[in-house]
Amino acid sequence: MSVSRPLPHDGAPLHVTGQARYVDDIPTPASTLHLAFGTSTIAAGRIRSMDISDVATAPGVVQVLTADDLTRDADTSPSAHDEPLLATGEVHYAGQALFLVIADSHLAARKAARLAKVEIDEHAPILTIEDALAANSRFEEGPRVYQKGNAASAIASANHIVEGTFEIGGQEHFYLEGQAALAVPQEGDDMIVHSSTQHPTEIQHKVSHALGVPMHAVRVETRRMGGGFGGKESQGNALAVSCAISARLTGRACKMRYDRDDDMIITGKRHDFRITYRAGFDDEGRIAGVEFVQFTRCGWSQDLSLPVADRAMLHSDNAYNLPNARIESHRLKTNMQSATAYRGFGGPQGMIGIERVMDHIAHHLGRDPLTIRQTNYYAPQGAPALHTTPYGQTVEDFILHELTEKLAQDSNYVARREAVKHWNAENPVLKKGLGFSPVKFGISFTLTHLNQAGALVHVYQDGSVHVNHGGTEMGQGLFQKVAQVAADRFGISLDAVKITATDTAKVPNTSATAASSGSDLNGMAVKAACDTIRDRMADFLGEYYQVTPSQVRFVDGNVEIGDHILCFTDAAQLSYENRISLSSTGFYKTPKLAWDRIKGEGRPFFYFAYGAALTEVVIDTLTGENRILRADIIHDAGASLNPALDIGQVEGGYVQGAGWLTTEELVWDDHGQLTTHAPSTYKIPACSDRPDIFNVALWDGENREETIYRSKAVGEPPFMLGISAYLALSDAIAACGAAYPALDAPATAERILKTVQQVQEAADV
Amino acid sequence: MEIKFLLNGEAIHLSGVNPTVTLLDWLRENRGLTGTKEGCNEGDCGACTVMITDTDGARALNACILFLPQLDGKAVRTVEGISGPEGQLHPVQQAMVDLHGSQCGFCTPGFIASMAVAHLNGETDYETALAGNLCRCTGYAPIIRAAKAAEAQPAPDWLASDQAAIADLVTSPELSLPQSSDDLAALLVDAPDTTLVAGATDVGLWVTKQLRELAPVAFLHLCTDMQQVEQTEGEIHIGAGVSLETLRQTFADLHPSFSEMIRRYGSTQVRNAATIGGNIANGSPIGDGPPALIALNAVLHLRRGDTRRTLPLEDFFVDYGQQDLEQSEFVEAVSVPLQPDRLRCYKLSKRFDQDISAVCGCFNIHFEDGHVTQALIAFGGMAGIPKRARHVENALIGKPWTIETVEGTAPAWAQDFTPLSDMRASADYRLTSARNLLTRYFHEDQGVITSVLEVPA
Repeated sequence: MSVSRPLPHDGAPLHVTGQARYVDDIPTPASTLHLAFGTSTIAAGRIRSMDISDVATAPGVVQVLTADDLTRDADTSPSAHDEPLLATGEVHYAGQALFLVIADSHLAARKAARLAKVEIDEHAPILTIEDALAANSRFEEGPRVYQKGNAASAIASANHIVEGTFEIGGQEHFYLEGQAALAVPQEGDDMIVHSSTQHPTEIQHKVSHALGVPMHAVRVETRRMGGGFGGKESQGNALAVSCAISARLTGRACKMRYDRDDDMIITGKRHDFRITYRAGFDDEGRIAGVEFVQFTRCGWSQDLSLPVADRAMLHSDNAYNLPNARIESHRLKTNMQSATAYRGFGGPQGMIGIERVMDHIAHHLGRDPLTIRQTNYYAPQGAPALHTTPYGQTVEDFILHELTEKLAQDSNYVARREAVKHWNAENPVLKKGLGFSPVKFGISFTLTHLNQAGALVHVYQDGSVHVNHGGTEMGQGLFQKVAQVAADRFGISLDAVKITATDTAKVPNTSATAASSGSDLNGMAVKAACDTIRDRMADFLGEYYQVTPSQVRFVDGNVEIGDHILCFTDAAQLSYENRISLSSTGFYKTPKLAWDRIKGEGRPFFYFAYGAALTEVVIDTLTGENRILRADIIHDAGASLNPALDIGQVEGGYVQGAGWLTTEELVWDDHGQLTTHAPSTYKIPACSDRPDIFNVALWDGENREETIYRSKAVGEPPFMLGISAYLALSDAIAACGAAYPALDAPATAERILKTVQQVQEAADV
Repeated sequence: MEIKFLLNGEAIHLSGVNPTVTLLDWLRENRGLTGTKEGCNEGDCGACTVMITDTDGARALNACILFLPQLDGKAVRTVEGISGPEGQLHPVQQAMVDLHGSQCGFCTPGFIASMAVAHLNGETDYETALAGNLCRCTGYAPIIRAAKAAEAQPAPDWLASDQAAIADLVTSPELSLPQSSDDLAALLVDAPDTTLVAGATDVGLWVTKQLRELAPVAFLHLCTDMQQVEQTEGEIHIGAGVSLETLRQTFADLHPSFSEMIRRYGSTQVRNAATIGGNIANGSPIGDGPPALIALNAVLHLRRGDTRRTLPLEDFFVDYGQQDLEQSEFVEAVSVPLQPDRLRCYKLSKRFDQDISAVCGCFNIHFEDGHVTQALIAFGGMAGIPKRARHVENALIGKPWTIETVEGTAPAWAQDFTPLSDMRASADYRLTSARNLLTRYFHEDQGVITSVLEVPA
């Protein structure tokens, strides 16, 4: 069996020797040109004049394009056709592309891009939530509301009420490889585009539109990305379209890669949120009703903000049965980078709202926050009466009762809770805290038609197998997992299987590798293709050796046909010689989905992935400095296709999630300019920021739904385990006084100190 | 300009070198060695880390802010040359494969270079050795596992041979490069507009980010007489060309808190390149060296032609962007009086490692018979220059060394400082935390645990 084995990433030997090739590493023709955008430093206004004469005459510059020079509509939006490649008069954010420099080197293009004289009649930018609400600047006609029962009356009649408002910052993806694309013009109107993208079909679509050619004239290839995290779902469109337009114009290969500062200034980030909550509950902490109002700054264009905000609403229950709930969501249009997909896609922001409520309830009642959570959990899988989510989906697979119990035992929760209390009593300056948070994350694209995938599998006459599918490799190990599936279907060793670069000419009409769906969708599509070929071989070999096809088995590199045994290579050769087709496509669509996003009703998710984390931190009450001491995690990957890769996703997801809520702070100034646009000012976790003790285990179980080998999606869900770090920091602050710590995120040292002071001052009153 | 160096064991001889071409660009664009990656082009992510060997041994450096002339006479190993000539994997490479230390793989070449250097030098404090390498995928845990797993295995001989091979590399140092303080003094008298490049950790960004032309430029790495640390009667004399990494080791016993702060200054790659002279001369209000040195009563040694002068370090910083430095004058050295260690250095930043301070507070408070006799308190990040907290010092001197005295300094802080708000911290936070750092100093003095870094898990 090649599935379920903890095999290394297929690219690892190439990564460690520097041979793994990314877009900027592809050898290019000597005549290749390089591109850079000239960008606006103004957040809102109208271009009065743009003098690009110095740009055009700068050394190495071949041509400079403004919107007026584009003969066709060039749009880079993945959704609403509201992102002109180059500004068309109006400027909507500081960082928006105004013109495109085509030069003979990357450096020449960058230098020239700074030489334009641009005059912009500035308008007052809409930057804050207050600005946007005052101007009614939003996407969609008004707030979207999902509800179940009557939250207001349930809260009104409850014994206890907590309420509050808190801020949750956005997050820069900080993929180590910046955005990059390379377009190589072909004969006729054809174009080949290499793109660091999670969504080759979208690149193909946007490029074909910009060039005015059918999609069949554009081939997009993506071998790998140096990290994506959602930041390469739509944000690569501008580079690919620029390269393709320039390549068409000049007849030369064109490459574009953003310098890191440009990348951070131009591209979208995780949506920041403000959440207002109000919850009514009984003496046991059982929620009777809850109301959330979510405000999110979507930036200047729609991009993927609607489904992101939807998913935030869909995760405002997280793991808890909310008999009465009302969730109101405001998608605000602001003069900032257009916020985009980022691991979790709104889910983390929705989830942290209810986790905050749980902690607030526990604090209010003086009860253990873990107990309060267990009290509110959904009914376990197999219970006689199952619960439904606020959007009406029955929760059929809930395993958090037993998973939480195991984590509490394995991590010694009760004793450590006491130990922290004692430690805090003895230490006047430093305080420790514990935070527990579960994850229940819905798996499927909420835009239902995206839940499909295709594959193309060839068996060659020497028995080697070539696999292609629509998913992209961004580090998550998708290619290895899918190769393991293919090897298992044919009963051959993994080294006989090659997975090649994602290519829109091999598998068409693919969905983005997003929503954690990569192995679920593409694994099933590849399985279908392999099984088609296998069945053809079995039919033929059965007939050839006079046994029934059901007596043909593919195991251990051999094909057993009744009493005959052929090695797989000979079986492939024999099949070829007998004119059996050894190539097949495969297709998969996720079953059971039915979702109305306007009403907020139905079954948007095929299943849920679960996990839970306990984090211990220490804070300094004099400076707010803080550190994660320990994290204990159990995560549900179903019957894992590859436990090593899955644990990698859990460890990495946790640290990235904790980074979001601690050190990673995006700062815009009063003019809407991002001031944290480089790693010198934007701080993702470094090596020493990982927990000193980091216990990560996978839950021993399998998906009750028929997924690929009963595994579960694992890309996004562990990110939200990082919420436990935020809750632990809040718990440590709570040791400074009786008030509930109203901690905003990211919980930088500054915010922690401020909250410590608020709690201390409340105690002094 | 003409330079010779070893690249993955092969002798390279370049002439007509543009002095501000970075090693990273040259590797990728001229040599097609694309294993070394550009992640940020400013020395903050480590994806471009390479191994550089000279007569002092192997170091990790960021290729994105390393100019070609700085390589003269040295050996460069990129990720491609860390594996053997027949493709044999280095032990850290094999361990990274086996223990799942790479996911997207883009940071991996830089990690491999840092890990190979640490492995060669027997360095096992991986959190320090790898603080300058960012990974967004793995959460670092498997990388540390890999580093540990490879520890016991010997360094491959192809790496060990570099140091011997550079001895055979006959370099002909360029006459245009100053070889000594005397040379530099003469050069600056002749050409006062010359841009001085020592470690290039700051000047490198003028080229890669500001896209400035630097000419005329002088590289100082051959001025070995300015790279010495000498302990004489009563003081320690530190040449301007001494690297931050050497400075860290220099103060490890004398003032361990200073040394620990330097451990958090930049990263291993940055400390290996950056010099204390550059850290002082650039006049940054947020450099971490000056506050500590001011609190130690350091004296700055300046030179112009054959004229030398000294001044208290704090007097060098006149105003934001303005230093007491004449035309053609340069920082030659800084000296620190030997003294009992009462220094504590506190660096507040969003992230512990490799982050620029929001506030850097350095306290050197002495007391006798329970009363404060001397207080030297200097801050970075609190004003346009590194600055003494003189009102606070005065509020302490002569008073009993008690928490009441510490609390009594409260009004003095706003007299000393009116800090700015920026992306690192607000003015309020800066002022409050600065004041609280004195409280921390007091508590620490009383034996209370005050640093979250010292709390065991």
